[in-house]
Amino acid sequence: MSQTKTFSLDGRTIPFEEGETIMEAAAAAGVYIPHLCHHPEFKPHGSCKLCTVNIGGRLGAACTNRAAEGMQVESETEAINADRLALTQMLFVEGNHICPSCEKSGNCQLQAVAYHLGMLTPHFTHFYPSRDVDASHPDVLLERNRCILCELCVRASRDVDGKNVFGIGGRGIKARLIVNSASGRLADTDLSVTDRAAEVCPTGAIIRKRHGFTVPIGHRLYDRRDIAEAPVAGMEGPKRG
Amino acid sequence: MSKQDVCDLPGIVARWQHDSANLVQILRDIQESCGTIPSDTLDQLAKLLGVPRVRIEATASFYAFFHAESHGAYEVLFSDNIVDHMAGKEDLKQYFCERLWLEPKKLSEDGLVYVDDTADIGLADQAPAMLVNGLAIASLDKARLDLVAELIRAKKPLDEWPPMLFEIPDHVRKAGPLTGEAFVPGAALRAMIARGTEATLAEVEAANLRGRGGAGFKTATKWASCRKAEGTAHYVVCNADEGEPGTFKDRVLLASHADLVFEGMTACARVIGAKQGFLYLRGEYRNLLERLKSVLAGRREAGLLGQNILGEAGFDFDIEIHLGAGAYICGEESALIESLEGKPGKPRNRPPFPDRCGYRNQPTVVNNVETFACAARIVERGGAWFAAIGTPQSTGTKLVSISGDCQRPGVYEYPFGVAVQQILIDCGAEDAHAVQVSGPSGTCISFREFDRRIAFEDLATAGAFMVFSRRRDMFEVARNFTHFFAHESCGFCTPCRVGTSLLKHTMDKLAAGKGSAYDMNEMKKIMHVLRGTAHCGLGHTAANPVVHTMEKFPDAYERRLKRLDFEPAFDLDGALATARLITGRDDEWAHIADEP
Repeated sequence: MSQTKTFSLDGRTIPFEEGETIMEAAAAAGVYIPHLCHHPEFKPHGSCKLCTVNIGGRLGAACTNRAAEGMQVESETEAINADRLALTQMLFVEGNHICPSCEKSGNCQLQAVAYHLGMLTPHFTHFYPSRDVDASHPDVLLERNRCILCELCVRASRDVDGKNVFGIGGRGIKARLIVNSASGRLADTDLSVTDRAAEVCPTGAIIRKRHGFTVPIGHRLYDRRDIAEAPVAGMEGPKRG
Repeated sequence: MSKQDVCDLPGIVARWQHDSANLVQILRDIQESCGTIPSDTLDQLAKLLGVPRVRIEATASFYAFFHAESHGAYEVLFSDNIVDHMAGKEDLKQYFCERLWLEPKKLSEDGLVYVDDTADIGLADQAPAMLVNGLAIASLDKARLDLVAELIRAKKPLDEWPPMLFEIPDHVRKAGPLTGEAFVPGAALRAMIARGTEATLAEVEAANLRGRGGAGFKTATKWASCRKAEGTAHYVVCNADEGEPGTFKDRVLLASHADLVFEGMTACARVIGAKQGFLYLRGEYRNLLERLKSVLAGRREAGLLGQNILGEAGFDFDIEIHLGAGAYICGEESALIESLEGKPGKPRNRPPFPDRCGYRNQPTVVNNVETFACAARIVERGGAWFAAIGTPQSTGTKLVSISGDCQRPGVYEYPFGVAVQQILIDCGAEDAHAVQVSGPSGTCISFREFDRRIAFEDLATAGAFMVFSRRRDMFEVARNFTHFFAHESCGFCTPCRVGTSLLKHTMDKLAAGKGSAYDMNEMKKIMHVLRGTAHCGLGHTAANPVVHTMEKFPDAYERRLKRLDFEPAFDLDGALATARLITGRDDEWAHIADEP
């Protein structure tokens, strides 16, 4: 297959295949664009907006905009990274993210993106929302305080597991992760610990019980490398180019 | 509209063809007949419709008019636009609550009545207004509220209330081709059949008609692109989710000129090859439903809808009405389509746009009510006639919904290009200081800019025109709008979900006299993030009211600033409120005084 189409990303020539998004083409070339709701295995979602890039003078999400021949894309600019930092800080203050006491610390993409963007404080006033923790399931903990509404679990359960365990209820700042049971409890859904949905969470909102500290803090994925070098666990480095 | 204890769930589901795409309509019918949507109903619906419960709960919990807890036999919702406030809404609401011995947001102890606020209900010219069990009552004053309280206390069913309570006059103050000239149903379709479909599209093109929803996209381009797009079916959708606070012109078009609107939709159907159309009517306009259904029935009878329209073989088209359920975001076309498909109203990723991938992922034209009304006139009278009205870039007339500080609020039909100053003279707004053009998501202009014109090339507008006199506090206007956006954000994208709440909190902080120049800069920063990164127009424009008023009425902000540098958001005295409540103390020593 001929592979001649290219676009420019921060001055670098990026090859792409017809139909690929900017994010996909950049990842294939080993270029990191910060993101949280994007995952290469799932349908693009476009809600976190961290992957916002400048596409020929217009801002748009790299994960939902398709690459086009000759397109001029800017990603690593001071202004865009300032917006990304503000968005990350917004995600921190709308939930209750207490990294020092979180089992996911060091493997958490929210925390890793914050480090990558040089976030030193949450900046905005904390919302301190009151959110439910659901420990009913024997093998999986649902900690809504850490949910960033990326819907990866929703997509994984629906599209991979074929179960529809998760969904988003409510609206606006009251949007919340809901589960597929009349009781509202995770234990009453058909979620299994081996489901893709049980391990896809980028933060500590959905975690396996009894595995929180099998790898000590300090030795975890993002303790060792910046998220730009390992955007998704197990998928390190470029796949093309 | 009387609420029964038993809900005929299978009957409701059957009425909507057991189709989960009609979920919003099914939930509306359950809510209307039972007064609530209880949790076990969601399980039954999941079984009846064969979809996961979690999806039904997602939709049921998204829309403001759906609730699982009882709101009693009478749910009273006061419209909460700034214009309602200016007309005394808060005092009247308090008066009403006192008459019935109840507190807002709390079901009365006898389970009879529930009072709360709701976003603008499309009656700004007749403010303050409210909804009782979904039906609008306008021009509230103490006498009318006394009567409503009497009727509620006597437990009279709503259909036995005096009809005059529900009368909503049109208030057309300046008529034009859409609002003032007689229309013979079928006139446009006959002209179309005589002229031919291609030639009709050419007339719409020649008219240079642009979308009346505010964005101003060329209608003929949209129709032509949808006509060309491939699909198993094509659809026509009329966006009657007129939710922009201060707008009500579509309500008047639908109440008194529905034939014009339906005829425009039918002409569009002929052009793009659609057999099915939808009128997505905002839930707040529930009172128009029966009237609109009878207009549709009349059109079917006259051979203007249904099979072989006007005897033309293969010209088949019909229109179904879907009601919204309290979600401003559904005015955004792709969110509207999601809602039509029974889902929460969250805007889709675009492209593709609806003209290629809309309702059920098929080519769909979504146009505003007024756009279809204009289209019908163009098809009837020709593009040149229309293009001769207005300005070259903004042809035709524009309906303006005027409210606020003026003597003659109502609907005014102007040729495009009219100056704000002229409108102010016509509506009797001698003391105007500012005008919010096109609602909270539009533009706030000050008295220095009254020479500006209503046109796509200057002040683009979806129709709202709220007038504020010298004695109004423009800070409070903006604060009301930030509360509106925070309430209406769908919550899909980070910047809008969090940013609209941050703006609301900051404006409340300023209102409490605890703001500083730092907070003003913060709001500008949030605006920058919203404009650049939000998912849709709601987020892009949510900070407009703050930014525009800050720029044009800085005094309104500056006199509220406590300090010029920084003031913490943390309120030490406020943090003790819970402790005061628990200990039952409210004396001097239970408070921490502000520093001098």
